[in-house]
Parts: sequence; structure tokens; C-alpha cells
Amino acid sequence: MRAAGLIACLAAASCAGASTRAADFLIRNATVHTITSAAPLEHTDVRIHGKVIVAVGKDLAAAGATVLEAGNRPLTPGLWGGLSTLGLIDLPGEADTADASQGAGAPPWHQQWRPEFDVTLAYNPRATVVPITRIEGVTWAVLEPASDDSILGGQGAAVTLSGDYDAVLAGSRSLFLQLGGGSNKLSNGSRAGGYMLLDQAVREARAPAAAGEMALLHPAGREALLRYLDHGRIVFDVQRAADILQLIAFAQRMGIKAVVSGGSEAWVVAKQLSRANIPVILDPLQNLPSGFDQLASRLDNAALLHRAGVTIAFSGGYARGIRQPAGNAVAAGLPWEVALASITRTPAEIFGLGSIRGRIAVGQAADLVLWDGDPLEVTTIAERVWIAGEPVTMRSRQTLLRDRYLSRSH
Amino acid sequence: MCIRKWLLSSACCAATATALGADPYPSTYHAPASRPTLIRNATVLTGTGTRLDHADVLLVDGLVKAVGPGLSAPGNAWIIDAAGRWVTPGIIDVHSHMGVAAAPNTSSLDDLNEATDPVSAQVWAEHSIWPQDPAFATALAGGVTTLQILPGSANLIGGRSVVVKNVPAVTYQAMKFPGAPYGLKMACGENPKRVYGERHQSPSTRMGNVAGYRQAFIDAQAYQLEWDKYQRELASYVAMSAARTKGKDAQPPTPPHRNLKLETLVGVLKGEILVHVHCYRADEMATMLDLADEFGFKIAAFHHGVEAYKIADALADKGVCAALWADWWGFKLEAYDGIQENVALVDRPANSCAMLHSDSADTVQRLNQEAAKAMARGVRAGLDIPPERAIRWITSNPARSLGLSSRTGSLEPGKMGDVVVWSRMPFSVYALADLVFIDGALRFDREHPPAEPASDFMLGQPGATEQP
Repeated sequence: MRAAGLIACLAAASCAGASTRAADFLIRNATVHTITSAAPLEHTDVRIHGKVIVAVGKDLAAAGATVLEAGNRPLTPGLWGGLSTLGLIDLPGEADTADASQGAGAPPWHQQWRPEFDVTLAYNPRATVVPITRIEGVTWAVLEPASDDSILGGQGAAVTLSGDYDAVLAGSRSLFLQLGGGSNKLSNGSRAGGYMLLDQAVREARAPAAAGEMALLHPAGREALLRYLDHGRIVFDVQRAADILQLIAFAQRMGIKAVVSGGSEAWVVAKQLSRANIPVILDPLQNLPSGFDQLASRLDNAALLHRAGVTIAFSGGYARGIRQPAGNAVAAGLPWEVALASITRTPAEIFGLGSIRGRIAVGQAADLVLWDGDPLEVTTIAERVWIAGEPVTMRSRQTLLRDRYLSRSH
Repeated sequence: MCIRKWLLSSACCAATATALGADPYPSTYHAPASRPTLIRNATVLTGTGTRLDHADVLLVDGLVKAVGPGLSAPGNAWIIDAAGRWVTPGIIDVHSHMGVAAAPNTSSLDDLNEATDPVSAQVWAEHSIWPQDPAFATALAGGVTTLQILPGSANLIGGRSVVVKNVPAVTYQAMKFPGAPYGLKMACGENPKRVYGERHQSPSTRMGNVAGYRQAFIDAQAYQLEWDKYQRELASYVAMSAARTKGKDAQPPTPPHRNLKLETLVGVLKGEILVHVHCYRADEMATMLDLADEFGFKIAAFHHGVEAYKIADALADKGVCAALWADWWGFKLEAYDGIQENVALVDRPANSCAMLHSDSADTVQRLNQEAAKAMARGVRAGLDIPPERAIRWITSNPARSLGLSSRTGSLEPGKMGDVVVWSRMPFSVYALADLVFIDGALRFDREHPPAEPASDFMLGQPGATEQP
């Protein structure tokens, strides 16, 4: 039986991460959540060749493929883990293991904006968190930089959690900025100062001669910022309704492609966000007035934004746990299909990857997850995961610890 | 001075110092009068390990009156048709900082750690509680009826915890669980040694931590001896006074000067205050078990024990509970070995006491989901954990660790009417608490949400009741 070949492959450590295999896989008889069709496709097969999906349909030919019988269990695209510092930090409190945030200790009155800072260069595909995350069905995430010195975090991008060194997903590069009260100390003591500094940075990038003695940007920074101003993607961490409206106005004035991250009060200005076609990456569990920028937080933020026509994606907590906020969004009124799309297709589209990931369709990356139940349910567990056509070895430092102590006592 | 009056006041002081006696900040909580309530035809998880299908729960006078099939209701009873729904005891979060680290997270509401002295046994968490914390209401909507509010973990000994009923109130006294024992918060590992080590003072190492606990309890033992001696002398003086055998010059003994810090630690030595220890690593938990033996007290529970699975048998043998997360890990090195089967493995031995706790105003809203995740991982690892067993992790086991087993945490006749009616099987991301009762009184009704927020802080805030 061909499934035996798969089991042998799963047992071999070399199976995951290697990219030399060219054999096909046929996942037979799954409930396929394509994220495009209105309803899932039951008793449907998916064929993988190399790194991509080559066929989706009923009763596909098995010739030349290793077959996995799915028993009509749910098959989804590999999930995204949200905006993350995964692989950038081993331990937050240990400086030599924490690379997600830049900061030169510059005084606030002489800021240095470093948009040329590219946090993906610090990504470690061998970090233990990578297998810990991917065996839960999360196959990619967007690395989010931050800065201790300024409201401009730097550049991030999507990475695959395959374990490959060459992990950055082309076309997903984005610039990250922070607005609102949380960054007052970095914007001249007032959230209004954020726009003043942004204006200054834009002028320096567009007209380098205008930069005086107290320039925010270095030459490389001017070039980097200019790329994002022209046709790049800038993710703004912003919570308060009034601040979101200011951001919309700024984005339109500058002609930039903005994405809102956080957006606790986004539901208040849902219509304006929808009209401006600005997507919101939110944590659906955010319902407390955690700060004065978030007084109008509520559990149905996602449902209200969706109803108003705003594009939403989810982020929050551990990357591997992204299904739980998604499930809770459903409990708070969001359609189930939209919640699943918010951790697959929508984030792929927001980060410019929609044509190659986030769905189950011919030509899409063969990042797939077979579940033992409803993928948004907290009691459901990923049974099989493929990344770029490779079956993932379902083993991590945590499963090894589990197995050691499961057998040790009693 | 009137000797009789003096004796009374002195006896009062002695009582506060060496036995808990009257609480100087007493509970003023009273359950409101409630109609008898019959919840009919539900799937009932009693919290004692039993599941009853198509069963009824009858609440009368604030208490559970009966649980079982086909109960008859008093004439004036409110009858709830719970067909298709599930009923559990009210959820108990054994590790909360609500009110002491409230939302909004402003510096003025950060009353969590008295991080000025590694041993701050003299502080009481209740004196930091802001009852207007909006997080109480969101936790109630998640079925949480009882909370232990603890000081933070900056100190070796952080201070007293307090157990509250999750009811809206203007004062914390009106939330205090009547008669609940106090707890003592202690902390192992990285936090105390980091906080004080950065100031170049002790403790700056784990060995410094342990020396700090030991010195504190040595001081408490000495204090206890002082009071014991005083009590003996007082008894003798009183006896002589009564028998009129004392000499003309005999003076009543002078009581020792009260020391709030040592008073609380003596309460621990006498078994009147229950010890809750923030402790991640298995080896450090073993050290704390030895510390408890050295000074003759018992640890009620370890909290955050991400390595508890490594010493599950020892915890069960000692009857020590473990308050755990389903899947938090890796945010510091002492949390690096966290596994998702921790709760299930700690639950495995006989006489175990595994619990889910939140330590978070977010997670507390979904302790049913946290238990669900832990249950699913255990089942996947081959352990037999039906829902009627897993519900104990967030109901009867926390009640046990708080010394409240005889009062709440299970649906048995005579227990407090702390009950949740769930929209469906509670171990699901889609399950919602439909009705929440505390002492038989309806405190949350999803169908009929309050017109105004319970918290004064949220009243009149845009967003609180604003419609999209």
C-alpha cells in the first residue's frame, strides 16, 4: 500500500525541510476547504506535485503518487500565524536571543528612523518554536519588527515555517509603524507628533536636499522609505477610532497602501475603512478597555467590520494558537468561512501572496493541513501537515518532552 | 484602667496576632434573595466527576437543593428549559489579578507588586482591589463565579490573597467570599531574583531566594514563640486574678508588638492561611516542598508550574494542587519546557489536583476553552479524560486548593448555588455561558444583557453601549 511509503517518510528526519523530493502526493477523500468555493468540497482529492497543488477534484488518478486516505476529514490551506516575532526571539528577557526590535538608544529629540532595518535577516529557521508551531498546522507568518527609538519599526515580511534557510516569501515585504498614545514618548510627547515626524520623513525621502542637520533618515533609509511610499505596503499599529481616521486621511494624502494592525476601535469607523479599502489585522479576543486608546473594544469587532465590508485578518497570541481567536470570532457572530479565510486567504492577499498561497487551488503552494475535526475548534488537532509539498515530521522539542514524561511515570 | 476591659482588648489583639479570629476588613457580601430555580433536562457535569444526562438542578435559598432526573419544583419556581444545554458548577479562577492590575492598564491602577521588599507578607491584595475593573464583568460572561486575587510575583513572599465572589460591587468587602481562608502568595525563580538582583540586593540568585524564604519563616517561628509565651503568662495572670491569688504588685503581661508581616506568616505556620506558590520549574517546586516540611506548613498549590508534569506523582502524593496554563510557554527560560499535555499528565495520578488558571483578564473569560485544549491533548496522548473529569480542573479542584470544597465547586445538595448554563457542551470554542448564577441569584443572562455596564468606569464611555 502506498500509504506505507508516507509513514516511512514521516518517520525519517530527513523528510521535512529537504527539498530534493519530486514525488507526488495524493490526498484522497478529504473535506476540502478551498477558501474560494461557497461550501467545502466533500470526498475530494488534492494532488501535490513538487511544491504546488496540481489538481483538486473527485477521484483523481493515483498513478505515480503516494496516497493518503483522509477519511473525509477537513483539509485546509496551511494557516498563517499572524504578525509574529517567531524565530526572532528565543527568550524575550535575554538580549542575545531577542532580535525583533531595533534601538540604538538615540535620545527622543534626535531620533533616527531606520526603515532600512530588515528584521527578516535575524530569522532563525532552526529555532525550536518553528517546529512547535508548524506541527499545529501553522505554515507561515509575517515577521513584525519594532523599534525602541522611534515609531518606525522597520521592514518585515512573510516567512515559511518549513525550516528552510531561504524562508522569506517574495513580494510580502512591508514597513511597520506605530501610531497612537502608546508611542507618545517616541513622537514628541503627543500622538500628533507622529504625523509631524512622518511628514518630515516623507519630505526627506522625496526631496533629500531638504534634509537638514537633524535628519531622521540616512541615505539608505531614504531609499527604503521611498520604495514603500511609491508602491509599498505600510502596516500601522493603531487602535483608537479617531487615530484610524487620521491614518486614513494621511494614507490618502500620501497615496500609500496602508494596513491597520490592532484596530481595537476599528468597528466605530468601519464604513470609512471599507470606503478607503484599508484592511484590518485584529485580535478578535481584544474586548477589554486595556488602555485609553481601546475603550471601545468589543468581542464582535471582527463581525462588525466584516458586515461593513472591511477586509479582516487575525493576529494575536502565540502563532500556533491562531485558530482559537478565529473560533471565538465565530462565536461572536462572524461567519465560519470568513473566520477561516481570515487566517488563510485574506492575510495572504493583504501581504501580496494571494496568487500563490492561502487557498487550495491549482498553482497554489502545497501548504496543507489535515485536521481531526473542525479546524476552528479548540479540541481539534492537526493530524498531517505539508509545507511546499513536503510532509512535516510531527515532532518538536515539546512532543519529545511529552513522550519522555508520558512513559517515565506510572 | 479597668482590668476587664483591658483583658478583652488584649485578648482581641492576641487573637488577631496568632489566630485569624475576626477579620478586620470583614466581608459584607450577602447573596440577594432569589426565586427557587429549576434548570430542567440538561446535561449536567457535577464537578465531582459525574455526568448526568437529561438531569435537573434545583436551586433553593441560594443553595443547590437537588440534582437528578425528574425533580419537582416548588410552586413559585422559575423553570428553565435547558434541553440541549449543559450545566456545570460556576468556574473558579484560582489565579487572578483583577482589580489589582486593572483595565485600563494605567500606572495609577498598577497595584500588583509591593516591589520594595522581597518579603512583603504584610500587604493584602484586597487593599489594592479596584472593584470597578471592567474585567470582572467580562469574566462573569465567561461563567466565572469565584476568583482568588493575588499579589504579583516580584517578591519572594508577595502578601495575602483574597477570594471574592464575582459580583459587581462598590467595595471589595462586598465581594469577599464569606469565611474563605486567606492565601499567601510566594514566588520562586526568575522574578524575585531579577527584581532585586538588578538593584544589587538579595535575592539575586535562586539560592538567595531560598535563603530569603527560610529567614522569613525563622522570624515567624520566633514571633510565634513570643506570642505563645505571652499567652501562657496571660492565662496564668487571668487564673490568678480569678482565684484572687495574685500578689498586690502583679502586673498583667505586656503583649508583644504586633508585626503584620510575621502575623501573616504565623497564620501559615498554624495552617490558617493557605500557601500558593508561583513556581515554574520541577526542581524548584521540589525545593519548596522541602521548605514546607522544614517549617511544618503545607503548600496548597503551585501556580504556573509549566514543569509540573515532571513531578506529577510527587505532587499527588503530597496532595498539592497545580494551577496551570493549557499552552503558555517559552516567554522566559523557566517556562521553556512547557508542553500542552502538562495538565493531563498532572491529572493522571490518583489523588491529583490539576487546575487551569488564567493569570489574565483575557484568558479568564475562556477557562472552559483552556480546559478543552488540555483535555484534547491528554486524550490525544492516550489518557482517558471525559468532560466530567476535565470540568473538575476549573471547578472542584480550585475549590479544594482554596479550602472551599465544602461550599462551592460542585453541584451537590447544600453547596452554594454557583451554576453556569452553557449553550452547548462547554469544551468548545463555540460554547457560551447563557446564564450564570451566584448563590442562586442570576448574575448574567446572555439573552438580556444589562442596559448599562456594571463598571462605573465604563458608564458613559463611548463604545460601552454604542450601537454600530
